Amino acid sequence: MSRRRALSRYLAARVALAPLMLWLIASMVFLLLRLAPGDPIDALLGTRAPESARAALRTQLGLDQPLLHQYGSFLGKLLHGDLGTSLTNQEPVTEVIRQSLPASLELGVVALLLAAVVGLAVGFSGIARPEGKLDLAGRLYGIGTYALPPFWAAMVVQLVFAVWLGWLPVGGRFPPTLLPPEGSGFYLFDSLRSGLATGEWQLLLGSVRHLVLPAATLGLLLSGIFANSLRLNLRRTLGSDYVEAARSRGLGEARVVLRHALPNALLPVLTITGITVASLIGGALLIEITYSWPGIAFRLQEAIGQRDYPLVQGIVVVVAGLVVLVTVLVDLLVAVLDPRIKF
Amino acid sequence: MARWGLVIVLAYALVALLTPLLVHAGWLSDPNAGLQNPIYAQPSLSHWCGTDRLGRDVCVRTLAGSGVALQVVLLALVIALLIGVPLGMVSGYLGGWVDRVLVLLMDTLYTLPVLLLSVVLAFLLGRGLPNAAAALCVVYIPQYFRVVRNQTAQVKAELFVEAAQSLGAGPIWILRRYLLRNVITSVPVLLTLNAADAVLVLGGLGFLGLGLPETIPEWGGDLQQALTAVPTGIWWTALYPGLAMFVLVLGLSFLGEGLESWLSGGSAQRTGS
Repeated sequence: MSRRRALSRYLAARVALAPLMLWLIASMVFLLLRLAPGDPIDALLGTRAPESARAALRTQLGLDQPLLHQYGSFLGKLLHGDLGTSLTNQEPVTEVIRQSLPASLELGVVALLLAAVVGLAVGFSGIARPEGKLDLAGRLYGIGTYALPPFWAAMVVQLVFAVWLGWLPVGGRFPPTLLPPEGSGFYLFDSLRSGLATGEWQLLLGSVRHLVLPAATLGLLLSGIFANSLRLNLRRTLGSDYVEAARSRGLGEARVVLRHALPNALLPVLTITGITVASLIGGALLIEITYSWPGIAFRLQEAIGQRDYPLVQGIVVVVAGLVVLVTVLVDLLVAVLDPRIKF
Repeated sequence: MARWGLVIVLAYALVALLTPLLVHAGWLSDPNAGLQNPIYAQPSLSHWCGTDRLGRDVCVRTLAGSGVALQVVLLALVIALLIGVPLGMVSGYLGGWVDRVLVLLMDTLYTLPVLLLSVVLAFLLGRGLPNAAAALCVVYIPQYFRVVRNQTAQVKAELFVEAAQSLGAGPIWILRRYLLRNVITSVPVLLTLNAADAVLVLGGLGFLGLGLPETIPEWGGDLQQALTAVPTGIWWTALYPGLAMFVLVLGLSFLGEGLESWLSGGSAQRTGS
């Protein structure tokens, strides 16, 4: 089979698997929430609530219907992008998510860019002398950034830079005295646009000042993954035959590393970071709570505290869906980019 | 590095064993007792790490937290091992549609962010020590399943298994005789690295207000309570529990990496000679 046909078959299979995984996740979350011991009504209202209020809430949540019926209507609504209504403020769950997702994405993207730059630099620095001091430091950097509990690292950073030194705000996403910019919900982008339109740069300064600490913390924590995977892959590539051949042709070491080894070492880095970052985001985003950054993890914590079942269910389904999407996209990207992969 | 990891982990185990004894003997105060103490007291001679918002001694709570963390993590990993390994063996040995369904299910679980999965479970199961362990173990079942399943499928194709089959050996005998030993060697590394991960996830659960009951001193839960005091410059309630968690995870990671290079180096030598 020609490579192109094999490639498109692989892509099709990978894409077809994604909805299956999404369906599995949605079903799992649904089933777990329904089959768990304990009545959600008890959790919401307490055991001493009057029977009429309990019955009303049960009807509102559809809990009086048979399980199969509930499942059917859950899936049907999900297909139409309806995740139910939040119990605490009666807003549609999708609306709550739509409001908090841009904040998380903004933080995540800036942090990832930072992580890539710092991580690749650290991973690359030890390559000149394997097993040397710099190499060992890179290894320790990888383990150390992994071992730091994200929310705790954020608390320490917050203490030093916001509380003691007072350089930057302690938390939040925008100065409370200013009105946040209108538009897409990505404050950095919105305030830049309003700055360009009005010539007032206060908004941009405010959002940047609030973003610095969370993004730097998250970026440094995630950079360890980049550093580690580049270090390991670069070493493996540098030991391979074609690099040896390039060296014996008399090419300079810098040219061998940069032109011959680095491109091949970067592709696996893409896969590994894609998968790890996707799964790590769930944990690392806990720093949103430390910095009161009004993103998706912050809302999740609120929803957990208020035992808001539909909101918890909705956030989990959406975040899991995003993660599956990112994983599939990275797989596709690598398959297209790397001519060595056989299917 | 591995030696340092071993030292750290053993030190934590020692602390975990000794703290309840010292509390019982009256050398340390009870981790939940605090009403007679000043609240948010700075570190001093009487309270080396200060006191928290209820006047509880931060040092004692941090020390007691190591026992709690090790207990929950150990319990979670044992459950994961007991479910993941047999499931992987069955799936790899049987093959066919059972295998395919199980692999898809486990791959889906594996794709999900670790914390998200345990958040859902912890949310449902409520607070408690076995509940937290159950919420954690689901994260690690797919990992053992994967390793064991792939090895089983590999060994199943070997000639000596076919020979044993033709001599009339049943599947259970084959699995036990030829597989368990192969599989067991790859488990310790995974177990140590997973323990490191599980300490972090447990901390995350506690930080989200899930996991263990409030009466049990737990690092993540203590950090959640410390968070509100951080803007006022109270650092001692935040520093020590997090530091304890960080060093334990560091120790377990060192140990896991050391084990890995030791095991792979050992096998490379064996095949080389």
